[in-house]
Amino acid sequence: MRKFFRRNTAGYVFLTPWLVGFFFLALGPILVSLYLSFTRYDMVSAPVWDGLGNYRYMFEYDRRFWKALEVTFTFVAFSVPLRLAAALGVAMLLDKGLRTIGVYRAIFYLPSLLGASIAIALLWREMFGLNGVINQVLAMVGITGKGWITDPDTSIYTIVVLAMWQFGSPMLIFLAGLRGIPRDLYEAAEIDGTSRFRQFRRITLPMLAPVIFFNLVLQTIEAFKTFTSAFIISNGTGAPADSLLFYTVYLFNEAFKFFRMGYASALAWVLLLIIAAFTALAFATSKYWVHYENERD
Amino acid sequence: MKTNVIEQAVIADPDARLAHEIKERQRARDKRARLLKHLFLVILSFVMIYPLLWLVASSLKPENEIFGDLGLWPSSFEWSNYTEGWNALPVSFTVFYKNSAIVTVLSVIGNLLSCSFAAYAFARLRFDGRTFFFGLMMMTMMLPYHVVLIPQYVLFLELGWVDTYLPLIVPRFLAADGFFIFLMVQFFRQIPRELDEAAMIDGCSPFKIYWAVILPLSLPAMGTAAIFSLIWVWEDFLAPLIYLNDVQSYTVPLALRMFIDQEGQSAFGQMFAMSVLSLVPVLIFFVAFQKLIIRGIATSGMK
Repeated sequence: MRKFFRRNTAGYVFLTPWLVGFFFLALGPILVSLYLSFTRYDMVSAPVWDGLGNYRYMFEYDRRFWKALEVTFTFVAFSVPLRLAAALGVAMLLDKGLRTIGVYRAIFYLPSLLGASIAIALLWREMFGLNGVINQVLAMVGITGKGWITDPDTSIYTIVVLAMWQFGSPMLIFLAGLRGIPRDLYEAAEIDGTSRFRQFRRITLPMLAPVIFFNLVLQTIEAFKTFTSAFIISNGTGAPADSLLFYTVYLFNEAFKFFRMGYASALAWVLLLIIAAFTALAFATSKYWVHYENERD
Repeated sequence: MKTNVIEQAVIADPDARLAHEIKERQRARDKRARLLKHLFLVILSFVMIYPLLWLVASSLKPENEIFGDLGLWPSSFEWSNYTEGWNALPVSFTVFYKNSAIVTVLSVIGNLLSCSFAAYAFARLRFDGRTFFFGLMMMTMMLPYHVVLIPQYVLFLELGWVDTYLPLIVPRFLAADGFFIFLMVQFFRQIPRELDEAAMIDGCSPFKIYWAVILPLSLPAMGTAAIFSLIWVWEDFLAPLIYLNDVQSYTVPLALRMFIDQEGQSAFGQMFAMSVLSLVPVLIFFVAFQKLIIRGIATSGMK
């Protein structure tokens, strides 16, 4: 018994703040959230048990829920591949044959640091507005622009562009990954007369697969969680015509505008399950296309 | 002279000829490629920072020029956008900056203390359940904030903390952001274990080792964590939006949002001016600590 304490005391003392946080800010809330998702709860009176009522309403009647899913999936489907492609492309340009990459790297990374801020969201609203700078550039080449944000058909792509603009952080991770690929592989391929494209397909992609996989999982999760930019650009409502009704924006409004806390909890759980499913899918399929070098036998 | 040697070798030996040809071809191609690359990267750089330049330019332009003129250089510099923008809202930006500073400084301290504690336990101490809890910690990193949002709100409401800074600050003292723990664990693991063992033989307690061995050797990791948490807390919008109702206690991001609520068409210059100012702290830290930031991402592989 004494030995047990001697072995464990120090560890748990240092872990205490995290443990408290874990139980009160993560595990507890997840369970409470699950319970609330089966209730109707307006924060004034106590929660009323409603069984599967919230979920049934959500899947059978709630058009805005389906709209929010559509908007969010569209955003994920466009922004994640585009952002990763930009990140990988630029990382490969920076990786080889340039001596001074510091300045470029800094400039490309900067938007990732600023992109989540309100200031940038406000800027985006005005840049893509009817009189915004985007239309002025288009006018120079003879194209008549429109209010990209006020048009429900295009509004979401302004946020996709904003997401692409922030390709800097996955770019840095790709750069670190590219550094890890042995140079002699390329030299050997060069001597064999392998084309650049083939080198990319046969060397870079397979060697980088673990890093690509890692970035893909991380960026997909991040994309599902997008909130601030959509919230600011749509003025908190998901307008125009719910075309910017990101899932998180819908959830926020249900919870903190209409105080349907039970329903919002159900929405939150569905989001959690979607993200978990995507992560699981990525891990389950990874063995078909990700090969870790030290796994070779 | 030297070229002669190569030429002779090339004539004498077909293999050398091949090698030489490949090298020459490669060199020429590399040079052209490098030029093209630089050209492309310069253009891309311009596209990337153009929005920021436009923001700064618009913050200095007269109102009627912001949306009418593509050029970045204002016809006259309207510094009044800054001076008037500072006081354009019902409460002065002096108050908002003070609020943001309080929240940010306390949050950074909380993050550094609590996360380095947890990271030390995970990286260095042996105790039952360590791998189990480490796994849990990694899972919480994936957790969307929106899932815990409502119960947390109910909890803080019950505690009477809504409309105070406590819901923004206390979680940081409880190591709520797993990213920083992970970053520090990665770093702590690189510190040679012999140092701890030597200290332990000298009779140092685990706390002494943490304080006198691990922390001093981890200043780069601490710096990286401090900068990231500073920038993220400074830009944080959702939590203040939910927990702060009184304009007097607003942080800078909440204040900026008030500009679009009162959209009196004429305040764009002021809105942009205050937006620029809100980014200045981030920019300063980025320029000053760029190396730490970039290395931090490379070692943790995140964000």
